[in-house]
Amino acid sequence: MVATVTTASPHTPPVLSFGGALPNDASSQPVVHLDVDPFAMDFFADPHPTHEVLREAGPVVYLDKWNVYAVARYAEVHAVLNDPATFCSSRGVGLSDFAREKPWRPPSLILEADPPAHTRTRAVLNKVLSPAVMKQLRDGFAAAADAKVDELLERRSFDAVADLAEAYPLSVFPDAMGLQKEGRENLLPYAGLVFNAFGPPNQLRQDAIERSAPHQAYVAAQCQRANLAPGGFGACIHARVDTGDITADEAPLLVRSLLSAGLDTTVNGIGAAVYCLARYPEEFARLRSDLSLARNAFEEAVRFESPVQTFFRTTTRDVEISGCHVGEGEKVLMFLAAANRDPRRWADPECYDITRKTSGHVGFGSGIHMCVGQLVARLEGEVMLSALARKVVSIEITGDVKRRFNNTLRGLESLPVTFTPA
Amino acid sequence: MPSITFIHHDDRAETVSANDGDSAMYTALLHGIDGITGECGGGAVCATCHVYVDDSWLGKVGTVGADEDELLEGVASERLPNSRLSCQIKITEALDGLVLRLPERQV
Repeated sequence: MVATVTTASPHTPPVLSFGGALPNDASSQPVVHLDVDPFAMDFFADPHPTHEVLREAGPVVYLDKWNVYAVARYAEVHAVLNDPATFCSSRGVGLSDFAREKPWRPPSLILEADPPAHTRTRAVLNKVLSPAVMKQLRDGFAAAADAKVDELLERRSFDAVADLAEAYPLSVFPDAMGLQKEGRENLLPYAGLVFNAFGPPNQLRQDAIERSAPHQAYVAAQCQRANLAPGGFGACIHARVDTGDITADEAPLLVRSLLSAGLDTTVNGIGAAVYCLARYPEEFARLRSDLSLARNAFEEAVRFESPVQTFFRTTTRDVEISGCHVGEGEKVLMFLAAANRDPRRWADPECYDITRKTSGHVGFGSGIHMCVGQLVARLEGEVMLSALARKVVSIEITGDVKRRFNNTLRGLESLPVTFTPA
Repeated sequence: MPSITFIHHDDRAETVSANDGDSAMYTALLHGIDGITGECGGGAVCATCHVYVDDSWLGKVGTVGADEDELLEGVASERLPNSRLSCQIKITEALDGLVLRLPERQV
């Protein structure tokens, strides 16, 4: 993809289809307009060169294709994530502006909410997914990871997406949620729908929404208290109704948040980690020689591949971002993946280094909306990589690697591999 | 600039300068102090920036908040009466000389 760059000076009429005009303020820096569609198939196939174009064009750019501002450098992405009063979530964290368009589903009470409403619901999910809860889950999740790797070692050759990256989270997360056994095949399609729906009205989004009715019906039913087993995350959320923290109407929507974002994300995170370890055998060797690196090897894979590539915010006021003016009511697209490889922040960003100090990467976001399930993701990732490091000596890619296309998620459709047992 | 001394589990001590207003966790990460992980970057989610506050400083670092108290229940090393999450300790001139001991592990 060739990106054409045109610079709009503050004195020429800005190319804006809605919202406030750029000011004739000499102190503001011009915002570079780019002819880039970050939701196109050719972009998804290899986003990194375009990420570099986006980063190097300026601290803020404008994408004419979708009429949005965008930030791709680490400092600006981090700043936008950490100023929720100026860059709000309640008008949607996709392209669609809830102030102008009816959302495709009732908005999330946590993802698509601002303080103070967000503060209350976030506190509930923080407690349901707390470090203390992870301690209780740890042994079971680790045993399931060991069992999965043992099973795969018997097969030797398999698809590391379907048989590992999907199969392992599917073997632990739905049970941890307390879901019924029936209907779980709807979970991944529903999550794919949710993450496609953050994108623009392209084919991916339209197709996903057109096919969504059965998946939406399944999720709506599974969010009800009667359908959630005692002790699971779902039941724990509903229990907060009894303590008065949330209402009976709010509980199903908070369960929905975990069903939306709790599975496909970890599938793509674990898939990213296995794909990294297969491509960088020297890093896998380091991991095998020091199992304590398992957790950071997963974390580094999340930085390196950024399974969640983008989110939007909407400005609540006129604001300067690194000297660039952005008016009120504008969508701002944050390229988390580009920030995670910004050479201004990371040494050798293109290098998968399992000993890297990863703290501060924005693969899980940052600030008040930072992934509420990050501890579940890290637990799954750590115990799986630990099991691989103990039981497998090499992961060889033995077939065509196929990419899966989604407006928000980056991951693979197929990763044929062969394991050699330790 | 206030200085903070981190004492590792093996009794190794590292003294670093902190910016007024930064958290103790952020200060540790800025100076590459091993033993503070800070997975969530200061969001009070992960409980991987656990420290034991030296007894002589306990009265000066503020009190444990309700959310922090719950998170401390999930720390990987033993929770002691002087346990804190270092992301919740804001450095001021009054904390110049603060001594924080690091637990054996954070995860």
